[in-house]
Amino acid sequence: MSRYFTTDHEWVEVSGDAGTVGITDYAQGQLGDITFVELPAPGQAVNKGDSVAVVDSVKAASDVYTPVSGTVSEANSALEEAPELVNAEAESGGWLFRITVSNPGEIDGLMDETAYKAYIAEL
Amino acid sequence: MSAPNPSGWQPSLGSMGSESVEPMTASGDRGLMLEEPLSFELGSAGKCGVDMDEPDEAPVSGLSSFLRECAPELPGLTEPEVIRHYSRLSRMNYGIDLGPFPLGSCTMKHNPRLNEKVARLPGFADIHPLQPHETVQGALDVIEQLADWLIRLTGMAAVAMSPKAGAHGELCGLLCIRAAHDAAGERRTVVLVPESAHGTNPATAAFAGYKVEAIPATPDGRVDLAALKEQLSADVAGVMITNPNTCGLLEREMKAIGDAVHAVGGYVYCDGANFNAIVGKLRPGDLGIDAMHINLHKTFSTPHGGGGPGSGPVVLSEALAPFAPLPFVTRVADGTLRLIEEGEAAEHAPESFGRMTAFHGQMGMFTRGLAYILSHGADGLKQVAEDAVLNANYVLRACEDLLDAPFAQSGPCMHEALFSDSSLPDGFSTLDIAKGLIDEGFHPMTVYFPLVVKGAMLVEPTETESKMGLDRFILSLRNVVQRAVNADESLHSAPVFAPRRRLDETQAARKPVLVWNGDRDG
Repeated sequence: MSRYFTTDHEWVEVSGDAGTVGITDYAQGQLGDITFVELPAPGQAVNKGDSVAVVDSVKAASDVYTPVSGTVSEANSALEEAPELVNAEAESGGWLFRITVSNPGEIDGLMDETAYKAYIAEL
Repeated sequence: MSAPNPSGWQPSLGSMGSESVEPMTASGDRGLMLEEPLSFELGSAGKCGVDMDEPDEAPVSGLSSFLRECAPELPGLTEPEVIRHYSRLSRMNYGIDLGPFPLGSCTMKHNPRLNEKVARLPGFADIHPLQPHETVQGALDVIEQLADWLIRLTGMAAVAMSPKAGAHGELCGLLCIRAAHDAAGERRTVVLVPESAHGTNPATAAFAGYKVEAIPATPDGRVDLAALKEQLSADVAGVMITNPNTCGLLEREMKAIGDAVHAVGGYVYCDGANFNAIVGKLRPGDLGIDAMHINLHKTFSTPHGGGGPGSGPVVLSEALAPFAPLPFVTRVADGTLRLIEEGEAAEHAPESFGRMTAFHGQMGMFTRGLAYILSHGADGLKQVAEDAVLNANYVLRACEDLLDAPFAQSGPCMHEALFSDSSLPDGFSTLDIAKGLIDEGFHPMTVYFPLVVKGAMLVEPTETESKMGLDRFILSLRNVVQRAVNADESLHSAPVFAPRRRLDETQAARKPVLVWNGDRDG
């Protein structure tokens, strides 16, 4: 199981063709208190880079772009009642949606954890 | 009669802290600092403030199944109670008539009372949009004169007066662009919008049926012309650019942007929300712009921000003018003015994309806007822009040593000064500065917009502040920032002098309580 990151601060954890997507801890810190999360419907087919979720915070509404193409298999329903979970556990319990990855080759274009840490250190 | 205070409301405007020596009052008021319950807590459902005759027979309703079965649970209040309630609440509020309102991007300038006097003249205030045209020639003349001023001030070919506000004007402009492409038999799907745009721009483009693509900015805060050129294609319907932009900077490459967009058959929409900064100095028509809305309620000082309706006339280039919406005012052969509507569109405007509003637009804003323009004259309007820019630069340069100003090196700013919270110590943010300003007696600036700057603070003083007024604001802003720089923990408690302390904005957004259900805790 491996975790990859985008320059737009999403993470995806991939195991076989099953992926889990969220925003990074750095991103939730920048956004501030998250007040609402709009999630994609299971069954929705998405292409890498599509805006598939929206995270509202006290500061801004931000699009979340899917790091990989595929079909959404599950949305994190816990976030409907408790959007603050994204603040508390951005990279674990605050995941946004699960996806069945259709093109594993896309992962090659993403950063690993070391590269992402170096990337945010420059911001 | 009902018992006083049926809900058991208790005043909460207490003392400032346990160490305070101020006495607690039973009423919650502190001299002229007033506390006030909700109207629901003040009145009771059974009370009635007016004495009306009982009807002789039970009224017959045409509502059938929609008729209420029980009375609405509204508080009953007498006239003096209502007047006192709202007068007391208004004393807790802040408005442009009380002091500077430096809300960036909003142009909260003074609304001259002359405009109000003109708008209340019976010949303007008491007419109806369905009156025969021959009885409203004076009002139509105001629309035509204002249209003529807007065309001259912008150097454009035509103006659509009916859009009701900025975003409505954006939609009007994009519908003109779509109609122009339709007329040429083209289907284009993409509109380009800079990252720093007003949120309404991408929303408008999406609403008009286009796919939105973001144009990146250069490090100095302007549109990246090279990147824009790479994004252009025969699928691009147009670009939407705010000039001056939301970083408070003039887009200097506007002409080159226009040339590049026109070269691929696209059109240039300019968000004219910040026209305040360039009116009388720079004509959008000379920059290759095809459509631009003008916020009468910002640039030409008609009331806004909870105080009145907007108005967003859209000036159009020669290329887009034929597609302008109905209705519009024109002078017909016998010399009288007429509103051209659908019945006469085939003769006067065969290519019009149609109608956006029931009537001709916001008459009350037209009279106020024209009064403002005529009382300033062309030279006065030029000075409006000069003073708006001078005031913003004065604030920028007076604070940049203490507060990070990300584009301070990008040249003079236009009508607004942009700061960020990057220079504040850990634990202190833009929100603390905004709340601290409330204690200083000022309305905060716009915060966390534009999004391209971390912890943005956007200050738009407008031209109506004097140097003395600006100096007082700067003194207060510097004082609050200095408290943050000194890591003064008490700033986290701000505001302490406002009728309510720091509100839990997160909880208000996560679990909003929008309906009174008889108890304050929702």
